[in-house]
Amino acid sequence: MRIKSPRDFWAGAMFAGCGAFFVAWSFAQYQMGSAVRMGPGYFPAVLGGLLSLLGAGVIAKSLAAGGPRVAPFHFRPLVLVSLSVLAYGYLMQPGGLAVATAAAVFIGALAGHEFRWKEVSVVALVLVIFSYLVFVKGLTLPFPMCPSFIENCPIR
Amino acid sequence: MEVLDNLILGAQVAFSWQNVLYCLIGVLLGTLIGVLPGIGPVPTIAMLLPITFNLDPVAALIMLSGIYYGTQYGGSTTAILVNLPGEAASVVTVLDGHQMARQGRAGPALAIAAIGSFVAGCVATLVIATAAPPLAEFALKFGPWEYFSLMVLGLVAATVLAHGSLLKAICMVVLGLLLGLIGTDVNSGVLRFTFGVPELADGIGFVLVAMGMFGVTEIVSNLEQGARREVFLGKVTHLFPSKEDLKRSWGAILRGTALGSVLGILPGGGALLSSFAAYTLEKKWSKHPEEFGKGAIEGVAGPESANNAGAQTSFIPMLTLGIPGNAVMALMIGALMIQGIAPGPQVMTDKPELFWGLIASMWLGNAMLVILNLPLIGIWIKLLSVPYRFLFPSILVFMSVGVFALSNNPWDGLIMGVFGVFGYLCVKLECEPAPLILGFILGPLMEEHLRRAMLLSRGDPTLFINPAEKPISFSFLLASLLLIAVITLPNIRRKREQVFVEET
Repeated sequence: MRIKSPRDFWAGAMFAGCGAFFVAWSFAQYQMGSAVRMGPGYFPAVLGGLLSLLGAGVIAKSLAAGGPRVAPFHFRPLVLVSLSVLAYGYLMQPGGLAVATAAAVFIGALAGHEFRWKEVSVVALVLVIFSYLVFVKGLTLPFPMCPSFIENCPIR
Repeated sequence: MEVLDNLILGAQVAFSWQNVLYCLIGVLLGTLIGVLPGIGPVPTIAMLLPITFNLDPVAALIMLSGIYYGTQYGGSTTAILVNLPGEAASVVTVLDGHQMARQGRAGPALAIAAIGSFVAGCVATLVIATAAPPLAEFALKFGPWEYFSLMVLGLVAATVLAHGSLLKAICMVVLGLLLGLIGTDVNSGVLRFTFGVPELADGIGFVLVAMGMFGVTEIVSNLEQGARREVFLGKVTHLFPSKEDLKRSWGAILRGTALGSVLGILPGGGALLSSFAAYTLEKKWSKHPEEFGKGAIEGVAGPESANNAGAQTSFIPMLTLGIPGNAVMALMIGALMIQGIAPGPQVMTDKPELFWGLIASMWLGNAMLVILNLPLIGIWIKLLSVPYRFLFPSILVFMSVGVFALSNNPWDGLIMGVFGVFGYLCVKLECEPAPLILGFILGPLMEEHLRRAMLLSRGDPTLFINPAEKPISFSFLLASLLLIAVITLPNIRRKREQVFVEET
């Protein structure tokens, strides 16, 4: 057996794997019930079975007919962009809006092709001021302005 | 004249000064973000959704729809001025619109796109006002069988319209349905697939999936491709199209409007399908098909009218049946639910001010776009010349704000990140995210209707396909089957592949 279309093969493997997981987990953890009174496991098990069949179909096709390879992954932007979003959420509570925003901007900007300290700092500053005026003042979103160790935050 | 009475009621709601203001903010924000290449209507609406949480439902919906047609409009501006579609529905506008810009005719191209969109918007508003009430009345008779079969049809239609492999698109739908089931099972109260994580008890937020797979993934893909942009930065002069231009385009505008209005109503249809179909139609209709791709104004007028008409009439199934035809409408349904309104045919009778107010505001929003955008075009051009290395960190921050505002819980950011990575994997494996999103929102609904149907029929599944007992359900399922059969015919399949190859 030779994989003639790697891209489809891996897509099929992903679908078949997910489908099999949902089937197995439904049977192991939830009641199936009957067609009249479906239990919590019934619908996911049926769908999971369908997905594994369809996934197997994709795999079968990828063995029969040729197709393109999987395009190379670029991990740097992927990891940094995801980290940037995470940093914002996880730094908001301890660090406050300014810290979270700045962190998200700097980490995100590292994912780009050029990174210039000055430019990125300006972007971060502008976004902090903008967020404060529009989101906190204008839309009254309850974001903390100061790091959590400052008890009486002067900015509000 | 019941329609007229209703429209007057709607106008009273839509023309109150607050709602006019929200509509204005919506179209401005929508255009502003829609102009930026690579951010389509889905991440834009998802990103701005939290802004509407504190508004009342009417204002929220008016603003969100304003954002929607604003992004459409901004997308076509980008398509004409930069050789890049601002969003998927303006892909075909690039072909002739950008050629016109290179010939120094950016002004007329922009103006005709605006005029076409406005005409289409007016007609589509009337179509919704006349077609929606009877459809909603019809839908009130639907039982769980009909709803289930209708959703099947909608999902099948969505896969047919996805790019690339049909089989993979169907897989994405099923995976979406499964992911939609995560959370508490309403019938038994059992926590399904939550793996002991308390945040998953309410299921995965739809907004997070949409923002991850459309927003985060899009940014990563843009970054890996590197910034290759051909921006037209000359001054746009001679905004107004010549007599000759108008003479050539009015037919295209009317044809595009008609086509878009019809295609928008179909499940799985909407702006994207409409613009492609309109371009093909214009090319066939024209006496000079060789001019297409070289700056034919019909190639701008037709698709731009069609995508606006399609965008608006796709509200019809959402408002009357509570079923989203495309990812944007799925977001609108999400917004309705956040506002505590159960989507479905009863919305029109229970909340006439919401329904008719929204329709009247569509006309208003379109009028605003024409009046505001032509003079503001200079600002949008300036915005286009901002380098991507400034834009994407800002977009990241705005997305993070939107996500964090949902529940002030960093967990939401994590989920968005996970779906961003998953979306990137899907791009690499050439699996379309749109069908997954539709499946995701329909998953719990389908299960609910299936359970109810099976309970009522005492476990007899043949009722779904019994033409004597359930003729409507039967015809929906038959239509789904025909659609799959037709699309797998070798001849049509080649054609479908061609259409999607042309766009890239």
